[in-house]
Amino acid sequence: MKRSMPAIVLLSLFALSGCDMVVLNPSGDVATQQADLIIYSTVLMLIIILPVMALTVFFAWKYRESNKNATYEPDWDHSTSLEIIIWSVPLAIIICLAGLTFVATHRLDPFEPLRRLSDGQEIDPNVEPMVIQVSAMDWKWLFIYPEQGIATVNEVAAVVDRPIKFEITSTTVMNSFFVPALAGQIYAMSGMQTELNAIINEPGTYKGFSANYSGEGFSQMHFKFHGKSEADFDAWIQQVRAQGTILDRDTIAQLNQPSIAHPVTYYNSVEEGLWDKIVNLCIDDNSLCVNDMMMVDALGGGGLEGLWNRELFRGICSADDPGALMAMIRPEMRIRQDEIITAMTLVPPAVAN
Amino acid sequence: MSDTTIETPKEFYVIEDSHHDHAEHHETGTMLGFWIYLMSDCLIFGILFATYAVLGQNYAAGPAPVDLFEVDMILVATFMLLFSSITYGFAVLRMDVNDLRGTVLWLIVTGLFGAAFLFLELKEFIHLWHIGATPMASAFLSSFFFLVGTHGLHVLGGSIWLVVLLTQLGLHGLTHENKRRVMCLSLFWHFLDLIWIGVFSLVYLTGVLL
Amino acid sequence: MSLSHEAADGITHVSGVDPIFGKLSWGVFPFYEPVIFYTFIAVALGGIAVVGALTYFRLWGYLWKEWFTSIDHKKIGIMYMVLGLIMLLRGFADALLMRLHQAMAASGGEGYLNAHHYDQIFTAHGVIMIFFVAMPFVTGFMNYVMPLQIGARDVAFPFLNNLSFWLTVSGAVLIMISLFVGEFSTAGWLAYAPFSGLDYSPSVGMDYYLWSLNIAGIGTTLSGINLVVTIVKMRAPGMTLMKMPVFVWTALCTNILIVATFPVLTATLALLTADRYLGTHFFTNDLGGNPMMYVNLIWIWGHPEVYILILPIFGIFSEIVPTFTGKRLFGYTSMVYATCVIMVLSYIVWLHHFFTMGAGANVNAFFGITTMIISIPTGAKIFNWLFTMYKGRIRFETPMLWVMGFMLTFVIGGMTGVLLAVPPADYVLHNSLFLIAHFHNVIIGGVVFGIFAGIIYWWPKAFGFQLAPFWGKVSFWCWLIGFYLAFMPLYVLGLMGVTRRISQFEDTFYSVYFVLALIGALFIAAGIGAFIIQIIVSILKRDELRDATGDPWNGRTLEWSTSSPPPYYNFAFTPRVHELDAFTQMKREEFVRPIDGFIPIHMPRYTATGIVMAGFMTVMGFALVWHVWWLAILSFAATLLYGIGHTFNYNRDYYVPADEVREIESQRTQQLTGAAE
Repeated sequence: MKRSMPAIVLLSLFALSGCDMVVLNPSGDVATQQADLIIYSTVLMLIIILPVMALTVFFAWKYRESNKNATYEPDWDHSTSLEIIIWSVPLAIIICLAGLTFVATHRLDPFEPLRRLSDGQEIDPNVEPMVIQVSAMDWKWLFIYPEQGIATVNEVAAVVDRPIKFEITSTTVMNSFFVPALAGQIYAMSGMQTELNAIINEPGTYKGFSANYSGEGFSQMHFKFHGKSEADFDAWIQQVRAQGTILDRDTIAQLNQPSIAHPVTYYNSVEEGLWDKIVNLCIDDNSLCVNDMMMVDALGGGGLEGLWNRELFRGICSADDPGALMAMIRPEMRIRQDEIITAMTLVPPAVAN
Repeated sequence: MSDTTIETPKEFYVIEDSHHDHAEHHETGTMLGFWIYLMSDCLIFGILFATYAVLGQNYAAGPAPVDLFEVDMILVATFMLLFSSITYGFAVLRMDVNDLRGTVLWLIVTGLFGAAFLFLELKEFIHLWHIGATPMASAFLSSFFFLVGTHGLHVLGGSIWLVVLLTQLGLHGLTHENKRRVMCLSLFWHFLDLIWIGVFSLVYLTGVLL
Repeated sequence: MSLSHEAADGITHVSGVDPIFGKLSWGVFPFYEPVIFYTFIAVALGGIAVVGALTYFRLWGYLWKEWFTSIDHKKIGIMYMVLGLIMLLRGFADALLMRLHQAMAASGGEGYLNAHHYDQIFTAHGVIMIFFVAMPFVTGFMNYVMPLQIGARDVAFPFLNNLSFWLTVSGAVLIMISLFVGEFSTAGWLAYAPFSGLDYSPSVGMDYYLWSLNIAGIGTTLSGINLVVTIVKMRAPGMTLMKMPVFVWTALCTNILIVATFPVLTATLALLTADRYLGTHFFTNDLGGNPMMYVNLIWIWGHPEVYILILPIFGIFSEIVPTFTGKRLFGYTSMVYATCVIMVLSYIVWLHHFFTMGAGANVNAFFGITTMIISIPTGAKIFNWLFTMYKGRIRFETPMLWVMGFMLTFVIGGMTGVLLAVPPADYVLHNSLFLIAHFHNVIIGGVVFGIFAGIIYWWPKAFGFQLAPFWGKVSFWCWLIGFYLAFMPLYVLGLMGVTRRISQFEDTFYSVYFVLALIGALFIAAGIGAFIIQIIVSILKRDELRDATGDPWNGRTLEWSTSSPPPYYNFAFTPRVHELDAFTQMKREEFVRPIDGFIPIHMPRYTATGIVMAGFMTVMGFALVWHVWWLAILSFAATLLYGIGHTFNYNRDYYVPADEVREIESQRTQQLTGAAE
């Protein structure tokens, strides 16, 4: 009864859940590949797990004390051939699994552009992915659509079979952007930007949420992800435009205040350059943007003066004229003028991921 | 079990001369234990070095090493610490010939060099604090103060230990235990010297040269 | 974001507290929370009852003289186990609260806990279970069993051992205080920055976490150094490295891991403490801080930590299986190498805890594959136990039942672990209840099962009587069934895309699974109850269960060659070892106990320094949590001075006269004669 119990529990649970296991039965191609990987790896490992479990039960039964017919060899403790088998069989399986892992990790790297629409369907190289900028806030999700010039809170939609590129950041603690039906998750972290390339293949409404605990309102930090046909998506955009208000720095400052179970909100226009300010943590006029700060640091710091007067360096990243830049940085650094101007073209204004 | 068990097979236990054997045993045990402790402490410094390596250029648009460090004074402090290691070596040499007075004198000299190092380091910290380069100003300064400060705290701890040890030498002379303690502190002191060479190279020299 | 602004913040933060009471006030007692209020009443009544009983039976002097100030490794080992058991009750109560809340919240409604309280409970559950349940149990075993197995009289640094124990208690006490004075951390058991920083967690809960773990962590490091030296330096003559029992090998590897990782924890927590207390910028979002570094550093400690827990448990199984199969351990050499390989590999896998933090594909693949490689030596170990059973005569005593439960359960956990090590699979399973199910699968199915197996196995050695098997078997079956009921649904929930640490649900979609998990947790509660009943029943019936031989299971290693409980000096003569299963050989060659010719035995004296210093450290931790600076400085100075004072005491050991040894040994001879008749 002991041996069958785990199996019974497992089987009944799987039977109960049926098709509800979104992770194994998702609607986006990336998540589908990840689900396949889970299945393949599990099967590969069961090759060794099942015999081990069976042998455990069998040996326990066969060599029980009351069975006096079984051989008893109290001093038998070594067998080179057995040792070779018990090390090499797991090794062989791990080698297969490692190969699978290496290939899959590269193919499913969330930063890499997609290679296919779905199984057997290549991507049209002319189709640009739809960019959606995502920011985790305490405790809600802000989505900005640069292409459409709109923004939403706690609701996001995408066109079926069109690649999506999420650019993800956080204005607060670490969160994790996760829509199980769509693709695996990636952390949302403040002062930097992560990326997730994904695609949705079936229309529908899916659950999305933060998968990394972030505090009091974490449980309610979920949103709806809609996969829509081209026409439905356009209608949705029209609806956002019609019902929305303006998203500017003041609105962001308000959104930045912690709130739990924030209602779905629409914005019909987004202030120019807002995303850069969100990523670089300088919504507030008094803060020096992270990218400006990193630029100054890359140039050797802001000197003692920088301690008291960080505002001096505001906009240094966007200073495209070397003269303007030279005027901004401290005098000691000016002797390194050539180096700095080269650096200007080398240090990208966006922060590293 | 009968009473006729006189012929005990000797090979399953030993009748050790416990006086001698145990003391010997314990001695090497202490030194090994102290070595392992030093390695674990080394790991703490390893983390602080790693932290400095990661955060050391995040000036937050504030000052960089070139703006802050006066390498001349640091060099003087470095020599204070190096000298103190040498004088500690002399103390151990005197201890090996059972010369209590010589040992104590060299240990006092070591302590003075250590105090000079601490004084110079404190002076640097106060100066930096005064000009506003506090640990709160940037990640670079946080990691700098923590790395150098942790080393400084170790030197302070070593100095307190030295004072305690001098008292104990005064009370009991060069006994077995005291000799062992002198050797442990010696390991500790040279270890701090080694760490400081790392600090000096990674923080000060590369900071100013690069 | 200018400096003056920062500095001003720091100053108001510091000067905003009362100079005498710090942040303490009447408002800090969270009795407005009904759950806490009733818990407090129960704990207070229980505490008064215990204190009253101890006073009534005049046990304080006995406890102080014979236990608290004891530096006997056996008594310290037992005290570690008691600490582990008490904290298990607390940690498990947290688990039940969570299961009940989630079952209620997932079935419609809001449950009975608010988010803030729920967050504290899951944090406390994790911290307590790892640091103050699993660690004390494991350290307790290593303390009690290892010196006996290597034929030593004590550990290398007996006083340090006592101090280590009390520092661990100090950490546990701070966490228990946080239940009633103030609150505990809400930041999860690893307190990820920047959430654990002052900006997002301004309350004292995080400070309790930091000081508790820092103090306990120092104790653990010291204990690690101590036990490594003990194993390296104090083995009986003839016991070469490859003749050490496997438990000693695993203890050696574990303690090396402790020495090589706990300093990382200490340093990392110190940096976080600096961020919170001094306003530095190691892990903050602003001014160049890097929260990702915290995540890396904490896992550089955190991953080896799980091997610190499981390796000695593997050692326990490697002792139990040969004993109950009546057979030499299969593949001793490969067992030893597997342990060492696991020890080394456990250092280079930490990144698998955060594949989703955006590292490149090469980095993720590297750490994924190194993680999988660990499963090879682990698999080899499973096979070795399996082939030890092959051609054996297996006695299904309670410890062996736990081993069977372990072998069948642990492989499932191992499989899901390897699955999580595949980065793209981890992208969908990370932080989900699948992960929770996985690590409970290996920690309960591995560590906890091993702890119970070990307790039942070595109990007769420690107390001279066996544990009543009936309640032990009840406990085993409750745990096994409870485990599967509680965690198989979590695997399924993880595959349904439910994430961890959720206290509110959108719909009742998952209700049935959470209710099943609750029922499982209740089964486990019954298992814990049965275990406690087992201990009580056995104590009451100790005369029937008495074992006079000192070797109730037909054991194979040296600890079974001495009496049960062993005399405080362990062995009248230091054993000489010739082969791996030293005691089996002694029995085979009909070794006869020496009954005369005893010589004085060199032993360390008991001291109160450990408990006093740890007491001061507890006060210091409490004062620092509440910003009562004068008290913190005072108690720190007291700790330091007391420690220095201790070094002026040169009179730390003594000789047990040969007559006393003869007295004790002749009692044992009588006992053995009685048993033989």
